[in-house]
Parts: sequence; C-alpha cells; structure tokens
Amino acid sequence: MPQSLAYLKETPSQTAGPYVHIGCTSNFSGIDIYGGDLGTAMKTGPVKGEEIVLRGTVYDGTGTPLRDAMIEIWQPDAAGLFASANETRGQADPNFTGWGRSPGDMNTGEFVFETVKPGAVPWPGGGLQAPHISVWVVARGINIGLQTRAYFEDEAEANAKDPILTRIEHQNRVPTLLAKKEGAGSYRFDIHLQGPHETIFFDI
Amino acid sequence: MSNTDRPGGYMPRDRDWQPAGLTPAYKTTIKRSPQAALLSFPSTLSEETSPVFGHGLIGALDNDLIHNFAQSGESAIGPRIIVHGRVLDETGRGVPGALIEVWQANAGGRYRHKKESYLAPLDPNFGGCGRTITGEDGSYEFRTIQPGPYPWPNGMNDWRPAHIHFSICGHGFAQRLITQMYFEGDPHIRLCPIVNSLSDPAAVEALTAPLDMHRTVPMDSRAYKFDIVLRGRRQTYFENRAEGM
Ligand SMILES: [Fe+3]
Repeated sequence: MPQSLAYLKETPSQTAGPYVHIGCTSNFSGIDIYGGDLGTAMKTGPVKGEEIVLRGTVYDGTGTPLRDAMIEIWQPDAAGLFASANETRGQADPNFTGWGRSPGDMNTGEFVFETVKPGAVPWPGGGLQAPHISVWVVARGINIGLQTRAYFEDEAEANAKDPILTRIEHQNRVPTLLAKKEGAGSYRFDIHLQGPHETIFFDI
Repeated sequence: MSNTDRPGGYMPRDRDWQPAGLTPAYKTTIKRSPQAALLSFPSTLSEETSPVFGHGLIGALDNDLIHNFAQSGESAIGPRIIVHGRVLDETGRGVPGALIEVWQANAGGRYRHKKESYLAPLDPNFGGCGRTITGEDGSYEFRTIQPGPYPWPNGMNDWRPAHIHFSICGHGFAQRLITQMYFEGDPHIRLCPIVNSLSDPAAVEALTAPLDMHRTVPMDSRAYKFDIVLRGRRQTYFENRAEGM
C-alpha cells in the first residue's frame, strides 16, 4: 500500500430543512436574541456607484413559489472590489458589505436586496468577467445548496465577452442567468429549480 | 503575482460523496432538484472571497442555547450538552473566523416556529438558535440541550433522528455549507430518508458526533465532538503556467 493521501473529506451537506429561518434569520422568525438579522442591510452609509434593487422568487418544478427558502448573495462593490479578507487588489467601499441574506417574504416568498450594481471582476485566465452577483439558495428539499449567478440583461456588451456565459453549451438557457430590468434601478431575478425555465446552477 | 501570494482555486466538490439533488425517498426533493447538469468551472474571485464576521458581532450568550432565550434565572429543559470541535479545510488547516449558526428542536422535538404543528410542547425558556465564530485554530463550542427526535410528513411514519442544524460561512463563498449533526448511537439515523440522501456510509459517520467524555463537565453537562471540514484550496507552489489555468 502506498502512503495515504491525508486530505480530509468535505463535511457532507444536508438540507436546510423547513426551519432554516430559525437559525439564520432568527429575528424574522420572531426569536429576537441577536438584536436583528445578519445580511439585511448591505449598505451601511452612502455608497459609490449605482444603487439598485434586486428582487425575485424561487419556484419549484410545479411553478409554486418557495416560502421556506433562504437566499444569500455575494458581490463586489461598484469598482469590482470585495469587502473580504481575501481581497488583495485594493480597499472596497467601506459602506458596502457585498453580502445579503433574505428569508423571502412571509406570504409570497419574494426576496428583495437593496444593493449596488457590481463592477467587473477579473477572470483567472486574464480579462474580465461580466458584472454579476453570486447567489446561493437553500431550502427544505434541497440536499445541497444551489449556486448560481445573476448577470444583467442590460450589460449585453460585457455579457457577450464573458468567459462563462460564452462557453455555455445550451445558449438558449443563458437568459435564466440574466436579471431583467423592471424600471430605473430595479431588476428581477427569478429562480426556477426545475421546468422549462430551469435556472443554470453551477458546480464551482 | 506568484502563487505563493495567491493560493490556487478551490478543489472541486466530490459530488459522489455529497448528496445528489434528487433522492426520491425524501419526497420534497422530487420537485425541488434541478434536472439539468450543473455547470462546472474553476473558482474565481467571486467564490474565493467571503464576508468577514468579526468576533465583536457575537453576544455573551449567543453560544449558550440553555440561556440565550430563557427568563432571567431560568434555563431550558432537557439533557445539558456541550457541542465542540474544529472547523478545518480539506488540507487539515484550521479555519479561523468562520461564522457558525445552529438551530434545533427542543428536548421534546418541537421547534419554535409558526408552521410547526407537532404536539410536543414548547419550552418557554428555549429559543432553539445560537451562533459563534471560530477561534484562531478553527475551534468552536456551544452549550445547549439535547434535541428530541420528531415526526415529519414524508412517509407514513418518518421520524428525524435527534439533530442540530449547522450553517457555516468560511473564507470563500465556495465553502458555504449547511448540514446537520447527529448523535452517536441514535437508531433513527439509519432509518431517515434525509440521512439516506448520502450514499456512502462513511459520509453518515462524518455527520455523527461521538460522546466526548473528556470534555464533559462533571455533574453538569455531557459533551459531543463535531469537527467540520470545508473545501480547501489547491496549493500551487510551482508557477509555470498562466495564473489560474
Ligand atoms: Fe430539523
């Protein structure tokens, strides 16, 4: 026998279950022990760049909205810098966290994030990625969190050069990754877990 | 930039070890699992960065579920336990500064939630959630009561093993993980359709915390040890290719 490769195995995922809101948005669940929920405010002061609202609904394979999901987003600031310890390229906007978390509306399931339009981020092989927001969805019936990205319908030029969007085999599915402009500064990004409009999910 | 300055991308997830999206015995997965293949690509800065949660965020009782919802001078009912362990990455390094959020049913198996209808009573002194941030070596601990098993609508007579839900935020959005911790010796583990979304028995063992007598507090609390492993990044010492390729 050769030596063993001493890597550890990633902890297996399990569904977030029906009560993820108790743990991650406790205040929303009526359990106020932390004095508020994390990820509700992405802006902590005046921010640089274009302020936008990103909203959407998560639908199951029957078209029914999920009301027990939790959605998280992560993105850079308007200049493309992340408010992260791993950001080495410069100082991100100090009034912008880049991270949002939503339990969705109690009755409709719709999530709403008040954020800024993200700047472009480098692609490891060189060049830039089109502006995008990373999205992560967990819920009862989802065994492992689903990762996707919201790009912007009105960034056609950048999207046409994006190294990921351009390499998707089924180009007719690319619109599932595009947030649609609904008005000034307002975008809709609905997520379909299944069906003819199934969102593209990533294994990153 | 040399690769000693910038670690490589995240090692890919082992999707055979992780649960599949569609596991029909857990019925809700049938209409909530994507049917198309996932789109695979290497991690980028969007996945290699993550928000920072400072220790200042955490209140004194946030990791004490016995007391963080209780009336002054009272405490939650049930077997008192300490849950502790380390958050590591796949290369074995501790992950400091990771945010851990936990939630669970009370000792009778009842959650404090509007949509929960199990007839077991609420404990007025138990909220069922807590949080903490890992220390420099990735270690964490919290105190709670051992949750009870509970029935759930799936098959005609399905019961969840006693469990604590964990949400972990590490150093990269690619590491984001939600899972559940089970208790050594619980006969419900092997019967549970959610546990059985894992096909490898070793994966079930990785979620099963052993009783840790060394960490018990005599005459006070028993202890369970639960280590958590997040995805690790490739180490790319030799810089002889274009960065990121
Ligand atoms: Fe549960």
